[in-house]
Amino acid sequence: MSFDSKIPAGEMNEKWNDYKGHVKLVNPANKRKLEVIVVGTGLAGASAAASLGEMGYKVKAFCFQDSPRRAHSIAAQGGINAAKNYQNDGDSVFRLFYDTVKGGDYRAREANVHRLAEVSNAIIDQCVAQGVPFAREYGGLLSNRSFGGTQVQRTFYAAGQTGQQLLLGAYSALERQIALGTVEMYSRHEMLDVVMIDEKARGIIARNLVTGELEKHFGHAVLLCTGGYGNVFYLSTNAMGSNVTAAWKAHKKGAFFGNPCFTQIHPTCIPVSGEYQSKLTLMSESLRNDGRIWVPKQKDEKRKAVDIPEEERDYYLERRYPAFGNLVPRDVASRAAKERCDEGYGVGTTKLAVYLDFKDAILRYGKIELGKQGNTTISQEEIIKAGKAVVEEKYGNLFEMYEKITGENPYEMPMRIFPAVHYTMGGLWVDYELQTTVKGLYALGEANFSDHGANRLGASALMQGLADGYFVIPYTLGNYLADEIRTPAIPTTHPAFAETEKAVSDRINTLMNIKGKQTVESFHKRLGKIMWDKCGMARNEKGLQEAIAEIQALKKEFWSDVRIPGEINNINPELDKAGRVADFIELGELMCKDALERKESCGGHFREESQTEDGEAKRDDENFSFVSAWEYKGESNWQLNKEPLEFEIVKPTQRSYK
Amino acid sequence: MEHYNMNLTLKIWRQKNNQSAGSLETYQVKDISSEMSFLEMFDVLNEQLIVAGDDPIAFDHDCREGICGQCSMHIDGRAHGPWTNNTTCQLHMRAFKDGDTIVVEPWRSKAFPVIKDLMVDRSSFDRIIQAGGYISVNTGNAVDANSLPIDKKDADNAFMAAACIGCGACVATCVNSSAMLFVSAKVAQLAQLPQGQPERESRVLNMVAQMDKENFGNCTNTYACEAECPKGISVSNIARLNREYLSAGLSTEQ
Repeated sequence: MSFDSKIPAGEMNEKWNDYKGHVKLVNPANKRKLEVIVVGTGLAGASAAASLGEMGYKVKAFCFQDSPRRAHSIAAQGGINAAKNYQNDGDSVFRLFYDTVKGGDYRAREANVHRLAEVSNAIIDQCVAQGVPFAREYGGLLSNRSFGGTQVQRTFYAAGQTGQQLLLGAYSALERQIALGTVEMYSRHEMLDVVMIDEKARGIIARNLVTGELEKHFGHAVLLCTGGYGNVFYLSTNAMGSNVTAAWKAHKKGAFFGNPCFTQIHPTCIPVSGEYQSKLTLMSESLRNDGRIWVPKQKDEKRKAVDIPEEERDYYLERRYPAFGNLVPRDVASRAAKERCDEGYGVGTTKLAVYLDFKDAILRYGKIELGKQGNTTISQEEIIKAGKAVVEEKYGNLFEMYEKITGENPYEMPMRIFPAVHYTMGGLWVDYELQTTVKGLYALGEANFSDHGANRLGASALMQGLADGYFVIPYTLGNYLADEIRTPAIPTTHPAFAETEKAVSDRINTLMNIKGKQTVESFHKRLGKIMWDKCGMARNEKGLQEAIAEIQALKKEFWSDVRIPGEINNINPELDKAGRVADFIELGELMCKDALERKESCGGHFREESQTEDGEAKRDDENFSFVSAWEYKGESNWQLNKEPLEFEIVKPTQRSYK
Repeated sequence: MEHYNMNLTLKIWRQKNNQSAGSLETYQVKDISSEMSFLEMFDVLNEQLIVAGDDPIAFDHDCREGICGQCSMHIDGRAHGPWTNNTTCQLHMRAFKDGDTIVVEPWRSKAFPVIKDLMVDRSSFDRIIQAGGYISVNTGNAVDANSLPIDKKDADNAFMAAACIGCGACVATCVNSSAMLFVSAKVAQLAQLPQGQPERESRVLNMVAQMDKENFGNCTNTYACEAECPKGISVSNIARLNREYLSAGLSTEQ
């Protein structure tokens, strides 16, 4: 099987231009004959499906939600990066590229990251042209804010609803193509396998989630834009339906899985409140622009946060990382929170939380605001009132969300936050063209592994999803499809479709016939607990080995004792979930295996055996400067292939935010 | 905030499919924590039903953070339940007390047929967007984003209209099953932006035509939609829609 990253030759900043100048093209008459399947309609999928439809391809798009507008990109809050340098603060394509490679702790592929930085500006232009209402200054120009891991303001945003606005932009482009007939939309459909013909991906088997029927769909190429797999941890900030199934099926059909253990634990989420908890909610990183993170200096503090005087508070991020302060990258902030809580300084009933405090920001903004009005004789109350209004404009919806969930008012009392699983940097291995190791099968957005290395910087997921969909795949897919113009659409009566459909149907029947005692949910919870305890924020050899054994046992138990109610040919959310959990269990094992194999610490992957004296992640470039690309060889059996990482431009150093 | 546990009686709409008749069934749940979300309480009930060998209740939900717009329950006679500016998934059990009886039904509208239990088909909303809820700009056609300054006030207003999550609470709560709030939010967003001008007239005419075709009712200004909208979309958008519609109609009649 081919394993070539296909990075174009030439200077780093010329590679993409050169590639575009020489890539094969498909003429308009031929595009009309070529069919493309797009699975998933988040930022990557919707933008890809719309763009390919506009170009003239015949596109079929699939999503499991009731409408493509509901894909989980919608929940992204804080913003999207671009190297516009509108703030004149020294930003450039090179800086964005550099920050992203460094932020990823030198485990990303330079050429991909450079391309991402290059197309970032065009994304903002495209979105604005679509009517995405980004935040603006009084002069009518676009506003920016800072995010973690950078020292410039390059993040564009729409209050705390940036993902929603970007997705609705891509969704509207997609709906327009649906109306024009270039894209056929299949909502409430779930892809359950890839159909292979002559070693190429030639279609999918999808299940209609309303009727339960299996459907066969042909495509000259198949694009997986199916998001990340954070729900392997059960509790995460992902949507309830987010799953790995499409990517996992592709993996079992020959697509390598890249860096599966690279998971992002986001530092600012609302803490878990009880056993019944079904999901976690993020409080955007943008809050770290203005919020200060602290814990009491005294262990087992009983006083309320507001009653603890300034000198008895430990602003530990500002103390440990004076250069970046509260805006250190996510992995660093998460581990620092864990360290304080492990040491006994945590707050709240579970003691697994730290404070995120807006008191100073409210005072600062209040003074500025009243100053603008020339108001010199000002009382503390007036300052606070004006400051609250500014904070509300910036983060109002987040504060409201926090209050709804916790019943506490964050304008008055600091928020309690704790890290939670948020994003997966790992994913299907893809080459420079976003093609997996299966010909004709592509992975875009969070579903691939490519751009964020071992840690993603804030506001870069939206950027990558849209980069892949709007500006990368329209070029790279043509390079493959140009050689497919002589392949007529293969009818789904081809035996490969029937065989794959039968395999899918057999598996569903097997699941339904177990008729055991334990619910799908209970297995998912147990898997999540193993993953969080042993493959979460800190990992070690012993724990990972235990986790692998426990997951294998859990798998056996699942396949002999799961209980799925209802029927196959009807709406059956439990059956849908059972298939997903079965795949998560297998993925969990691979994640632990990958984490075990990677004996270094890097980015979000923290191996306790590999840390500096002051507890920072210690990379081992000599032995681990590679992408782990796992090849499926059968049950619990994988072969590790390594894609060496070469850094021409950004020379790896110990990452420091001090 | 004091936490407490409660026992509840639930009356929930069960309907096997689009063809069958439905009815309210009664269920009991015990020891529900006030810290749970409303849907987590449903998770508890469903686990109970599965273990007992019964069919769990089908309901739509996904993000559980109030933004995807998929959850859609009519709770005690109100779309998304008793809290204002809130989705079903963000409703928490501290809104209820021990011994309460809660009635849960699906969205009711001819344009939103029930698929099963509390799940409805809202694809009519997608078709309304297809009719014109976009700006026709192909990928790669955009000019520099800052070449088009937009008055902050207009940008902010467009944003407030764009906050619609397409959940359909406005329709479910309207005595006429009108989709005017949903349609007006998209029309108002794009009409207030310079990018939206070229298609301004065709957009409003086509979207309204599609809305009528989908069997949504008319607006009689009860403002119930605004009161129940989880994102606080203002009825002033409907006024704008009417103006846009009128002027588009006048200018296209040659």
